[in-house]
Amino acid sequence: MSMKVTTRQVDGITVLDLSGRITLGEGSVTLRDAVHDVLAKGSKKILLNLENISYIDSSGIGEMVSAFTSVKNAGGELKLLNLTKKVHDLLQITKLYTVFDIWDNEASAVSAFK
Amino acid sequence: MPENASHTPEAVERLMESTLESVDSAEELAVGLAERAGVDEDDLMKIGMAVRESMVNAVVHGNRYNANKKIRFTVTANSEHFTVRIADEGEGFDFTALPDPLAPENILRGSGRGIFLIRAFMDEVHFRQLHPGTELTLIKHRAPGQPAA
Repeated sequence: MSMKVTTRQVDGITVLDLSGRITLGEGSVTLRDAVHDVLAKGSKKILLNLENISYIDSSGIGEMVSAFTSVKNAGGELKLLNLTKKVHDLLQITKLYTVFDIWDNEASAVSAFK
Repeated sequence: MPENASHTPEAVERLMESTLESVDSAEELAVGLAERAGVDEDDLMKIGMAVRESMVNAVVHGNRYNANKKIRFTVTANSEHFTVRIADEGEGFDFTALPDPLAPENILRGSGRGIFLIRAFMDEVHFRQLHPGTELTLIKHRAPGQPAA
């Protein structure tokens, strides 16, 4: 199953609802394109909703890190929402859990953007 | 013993193309055999991910998608071990000189976590230089009392 992205706006924050697998190839490219599209449209506050991500590999992790860096370099913020246990564990193993700003409640996450 | 034990092969061996489709196939084969062998769900995920990362290395970094180069993929299960071997025909690499992806200077890199995750998810990981190529052996120890395939 490839990855799908739907985009919505909540109080000036762009929420990307991701579903499927973020793996080398289509999934990683879809995420990269989605984040670049948001930045190109001038939005710099991005919330990645990972609730329906069933699987992520090292390429997908790398793509999330690259997205985080791209948004930060553009003067924006990227936060993560609703990690599954698998993704949570992966971010802990790779010590990225403390790098990302991670939330399990959308309203709180949206409020946390400066 | 699982119900279908008599119908389940104890080993799977395939010669695979250097494509991302082979990555998916290898993961499915390994997880399928592990599942039939009675490996628990948590270890199924770890085996699947380790196989996926190893196959990506073989396809992308080893054989560099070269259609003339193949990947030999073998899975075996017995009462003590679940073992996967993945051998490419690439130029090989120095697996003793991989950067630590947890080091502060590497933590925000967009790549370089594959081998680290393989080691994190499997009980043993062995590298062997072939001529040409690299062989990775991934081993998950079976808990006492788990059935063989």
